[in-house]
Amino acid sequence: MTDKTIPQSGHVVPAVFTRDMLDWLPWLEPVAADQMSERQLASLVDAARMKSDYFRLLARDPDVLEARTRTDKDIFYNPDAGLPRAERELAAAATSRLNGCIYCASVHARFAATYSKRPSDVDKLLAEGTGADLDKRWNAIVAGSVALTETPVSFGPQHIDALRAVGLDDDAIVDVINAASFFNWANRLMLSLGEPTPAKA
Amino acid sequence: MDVIDTLAGIAAGSHLDSIRRTRRPTAREHAQKSYESLFAPADFGGFSAAERHAVAVFIAGLHGQDAIKAFYAGKAGNTAPIDAEIAAATTRGPYGAFPKGPLSSEDTAGPIHRVADKNRAALGPRLAAAFEHVHMLVFHPRDADARSLQSLLDAGWTTTEVVTLSQLVAFLSFQIRVVAGLKVLAAKS
Repeated sequence: MTDKTIPQSGHVVPAVFTRDMLDWLPWLEPVAADQMSERQLASLVDAARMKSDYFRLLARDPDVLEARTRTDKDIFYNPDAGLPRAERELAAAATSRLNGCIYCASVHARFAATYSKRPSDVDKLLAEGTGADLDKRWNAIVAGSVALTETPVSFGPQHIDALRAVGLDDDAIVDVINAASFFNWANRLMLSLGEPTPAKA
Repeated sequence: MDVIDTLAGIAAGSHLDSIRRTRRPTAREHAQKSYESLFAPADFGGFSAAERHAVAVFIAGLHGQDAIKAFYAGKAGNTAPIDAEIAAATTRGPYGAFPKGPLSSEDTAGPIHRVADKNRAALGPRLAAAFEHVHMLVFHPRDADARSLQSLLDAGWTTTEVVTLSQLVAFLSFQIRVVAGLKVLAAKS
């Protein structure tokens, strides 16, 4: 028996980048909430993720999901040294903007705006794209994220120089590399396993 | 040394080794566990070691990363048809179309890759379907749609194997960029 994708139709398709809340509709069948094995439950790391079709779909391969999630959390949430949380989220939002992941960009633009208290600059990135003029420091972080996201990767010594010139030490530069690289992982899953729609009010 | 250290040339006790171990130890540990879960899992299921490594060789090749490609090539079986596909399929990304509307002015055209008939026979239907999907994910992921997934299912991939394949492409997209970025930083340290 050949498996089938899930047809999604009749929903509103977001046609712009936004900080609004979006939902995500899967194209493949997630594990049903009442069918999750102990291993699959543990792989969610956060029990609240049971509500998410995305995470229950990824739970089909629990070892990879758990390792993915713990990598993600350390890159973005570990408060020790490095780049401030707001700017890790900026790198995630810029990467998502360039790849075209409207769902990922919405989540991480919200985080970037909240932590930086610069919602108008975040909105400028969403509206104008990764060429938007934000300020010297944010421009350097966005440019580094863009260079890491392009295929082939175009990140070079000039990007390190630019990041150092706006005050990033090597701990912070490693965070830029990790955050932009991680969103090249996340964007590809979100873009290819389902699609966004506006969240129900 | 983990795989990222090996591929990026980060020596034990070096400045970047210290940053990876002391500042982001959990990310370091679980990037390695991600690699192990994809390439040396307890149970390969229906997605064989040779298939996983063949896809990795294709992805690294599409990124122009010869050393990373060589790392995965040892367990990929015959790489001649993979090399032929890399030569035919390499381009620059990200491109693709947005949902119709204001973003349409940013739509960027680019190739949709189809595996050549002679390589299709050598790769077999599963890997041929996978390579066409993988090319899209590497270079123009915003063009993804359910039809592309159905092509994989029709070629004999199960839903769970498609999830693992998607994770493998996405993880390699991460690993290749971390390695590339850390190599540049190491050279400037």
